[in-house]
Amino acid sequence: MTAPARPGGQGAQDGSPLPEDPRPAAPAAVDERLVHRPLAVRLLRRPELGAVVGALALFVFFALVADSFLRPSSLSTVLYFSSTLGIMAVPVALLMIGGEFDLSTGVMVTSSALASSMFSYQMTANTWVGVGVSLLVTLAIGLFNGIMLTRTRLPSFIITLGTFLMLTGLNLGLTKLISGTVTTKSISDMEGFDSAKAVFASTLTLGGVDLQITIVWWLLLVAAATWILLRTSVGNWIFAVGGGVDAARAVGVPVARTKIGLYLGVAFAAWISGQHLLFNYDTVQSGEGVGNELIYIAAAVIGGCLLTGGYGSAVGAAVGALIFGMANKGIIYAQWDPDWFKFFLGAMLLLATLLNAWIRKRAEATR
Amino acid sequence: MASVQRSRRRFRRSIRTTGAAVAATVVALTALAGCSSTGGKRAEEAREQAASGKANVTTPRWKVAMVTHSGDGDTYWDIVQSGAKQAADKDNIEFLYSHDKEAGRQAQLVQTAIDKKVDGLIVTLAKPDAMKRVVKKAVKAGIPVITINSGQEVSQDFGALTHIGQDEVLAGEAVGRELNERGRKKAVCLIHEQGNVGHEQRCDGIEKTFDGKVKNLYVDGTNMPGVQSSVEAKLQSDKKVDAVVTLGAPFAATAAKAKENAGSEAEIDTFDLNDKVAAGLQDGTIGFAVDQQPYMQGYEAVDLLWLYRYNADMLGGGKPVLTGPQILTKKDAGKLAELTKRGTR
Repeated sequence: MTAPARPGGQGAQDGSPLPEDPRPAAPAAVDERLVHRPLAVRLLRRPELGAVVGALALFVFFALVADSFLRPSSLSTVLYFSSTLGIMAVPVALLMIGGEFDLSTGVMVTSSALASSMFSYQMTANTWVGVGVSLLVTLAIGLFNGIMLTRTRLPSFIITLGTFLMLTGLNLGLTKLISGTVTTKSISDMEGFDSAKAVFASTLTLGGVDLQITIVWWLLLVAAATWILLRTSVGNWIFAVGGGVDAARAVGVPVARTKIGLYLGVAFAAWISGQHLLFNYDTVQSGEGVGNELIYIAAAVIGGCLLTGGYGSAVGAAVGALIFGMANKGIIYAQWDPDWFKFFLGAMLLLATLLNAWIRKRAEATR
Repeated sequence: MASVQRSRRRFRRSIRTTGAAVAATVVALTALAGCSSTGGKRAEEAREQAASGKANVTTPRWKVAMVTHSGDGDTYWDIVQSGAKQAADKDNIEFLYSHDKEAGRQAQLVQTAIDKKVDGLIVTLAKPDAMKRVVKKAVKAGIPVITINSGQEVSQDFGALTHIGQDEVLAGEAVGRELNERGRKKAVCLIHEQGNVGHEQRCDGIEKTFDGKVKNLYVDGTNMPGVQSSVEAKLQSDKKVDAVVTLGAPFAATAAKAKENAGSEAEIDTFDLNDKVAAGLQDGTIGFAVDQQPYMQGYEAVDLLWLYRYNADMLGGGKPVLTGPQILTKKDAGKLAELTKRGTR
C-alpha cells in the first residue's frame, strides 16, 4: 500500500492534520490548511456522510415495509446485533485507514473467549483472572501480526491470512486438547462470573427498553477512535501511513509503531467482543467466528473507508455496522421469503453502498 | 542513518520492556486474584470416575478407519468418535479417524484408508454421488464397509454391509407429532447451515406431520450474537410463533435467550443434545430434545465390524439400524445431565 497520490491520502504528504482533501490549486499566498470553511461544506466532506444517508434511507425503507421494525424492542435487537459488529468494525476501520488489513479478526474474537474460559476453568481461578489473561493473549496475537508485518514488509493480507488459519486450527486443537471436547465447559458457576457478566454482557433498562451493554462499548470505542483520529498526533500518523508509507517516513512518522499500535487496537476490541461472547453464553464453540472478518471489513468500507487506505472515519465504520445490522434483521422483520435471505442482504448492501458512493461524488463536486 | 538505527534500537528496547511488563502482569494476576472455590476443573475432577479402557477379546489387533463429512470442531462428531473409541478399546481395534466437510476431499481420505489396507471402514455419505466410486472400490478390495449417519438410501447399492443412523425425515416427523401433542400452532425451524440437505429434510419432516404452520429461518451458525438477534427479530415480528425448533444443540440455549429478550411465550425444542440442553430440559427452558444418539452410531459401527470379522454376524440382516429419533423430556433430564458432561450423550 505505497501508492502515493490519492484523494484523501494527500493529507499525509503535506502534513495536514485533517483527512480532508487539500484544494487542488489554492491561492499561493494563503495556507490552505488555515482557510475557514462553512459548517455545511465541512459536513458534506466528511467520509461518513454517504453512509449516514444510506442508513437513513434503509431505516425509512424498513419502517415502511415492516410494521414491527419501529417498535423500541425491535430497534434494540437491531442495535445489539450492529454493536457486536461495530465493536470490531471501528478498530478495523482505523487499521484500514492506516493502509492494512486484518483477516484474523473473526477467529481472534473466538480465541480471546476461549483463552478466558479455559484459563479460568482449568486453573479453577476467579473468572476475572481468565479475563486478564485473555487480554494479554489477545494483545500478543495483535502484536504478532504487527511485528510480522513491519519486520517482513509482506502484504498484511498474507500475514493475517496466515494468522487466521493458524488461529482457526489453534482454537480447535487447543480446545480439544485441554477440554476434551470442541466446546468449553460452562464457567457460570464460578466466582467472579456475575460481576464479569455485568461488565461484558448485561442488559440495561432505559425508559422501559432493554439495551445490551455492548451498545455502550460500541459508542465508547467510536468516541475514543474518533478522538484519536481527529484530535491527536497519532491520528495524523494513521492517515499518513495509510496515505503513503515512504512520504510518512520522510516527514518523521514512526511507521512501524503506528502500524503495530493499530493491530493492538484491533486485538483490544477482539478481547471485548470475545468476553461478551463468553459471558453472554457461558460456553464457547471453538469453530465460531470464521467469516466475520469480512463483515467487519465490509462495515468499514460501507462506512466510507477506502480499501487502499488513507481515507475513512470511525463514525463511518459504526454507521456501516448499523447498515449491515439493519439490513440483516430488517429482512426478518419484513417477513420476506427466508430462502432468498442472502440475496436480499447482498442487494441491500450494494444499494446502500452505491448510494453512499454517489453522494460522496456529489459532495466532492460541490466544492 | 545513525538516527534511524538509534530509533530502531529504542523501538526494540521498548518491545523488550513491554514483553517483560506483560510477563510480570501475568504472574501478578495469577498470584493476586486467586482461585474460584466453585466450579472449574477441580469440581470436574471431583465428579470424574475412571473408566477402564482394557480390551476384553483375544482377536488380533484389527485396524478400522472412520471417515466422516464433519467440519472442524463439531460437538456431534466428537461424541460419535468417543463411542467408536470406547468400542475399539474393548474390541482390541486400532481406530483411525479422519474427516473433511468437502466431499471430494472426503473421498480422497477413504482412498487413503484403502491404501492403508484397513480391516474395516466406516463412512458417512452426506454427498453420495461424490463417494460412490471410492466406496465401491473399498468393497471391491474386500474391506467390510458400514455407513453411518447419512446415506441410508444408497448404502446397500454401494455394497455396504449395513447403515447405522437416523432417518432425518422420520426424525422431523417425530418432532411434528410431539409439537401436535403439546398443542403448538406455529413453529419456526432454525437452520444454521444454509443448503445442508439433512437440515432441510428435518424441517420437511416436521411440516409433514405438524398440524400447524412451519416457517424456516436461516442463520449463520458461526456468529452466535447473529443467531440470537435473528431469532429475537423473528419472534418480535410474528407474535403467533409458539415453538422454535433448533437443528443443533448449541443453538437451543441461544434461542431460549432470544425468546426471553423478545418477551415471547414460544417453546424452544431442539434436535441433538449437549449438557446445556440437558440443563434446559431440567429447568424447563427447553421443551424437548430429539436425539439420534451419536455415541451409539460410533460404538455400534465399530462393534458390528468386529462381530462381522469375528463371527460374520450382521445385525438385522443388513437392514438399516436406526439409532433415533429418541424424544427426551424433563423426566429424562436428571440422568442425561451426568452423561452429557462426560461427553457421551
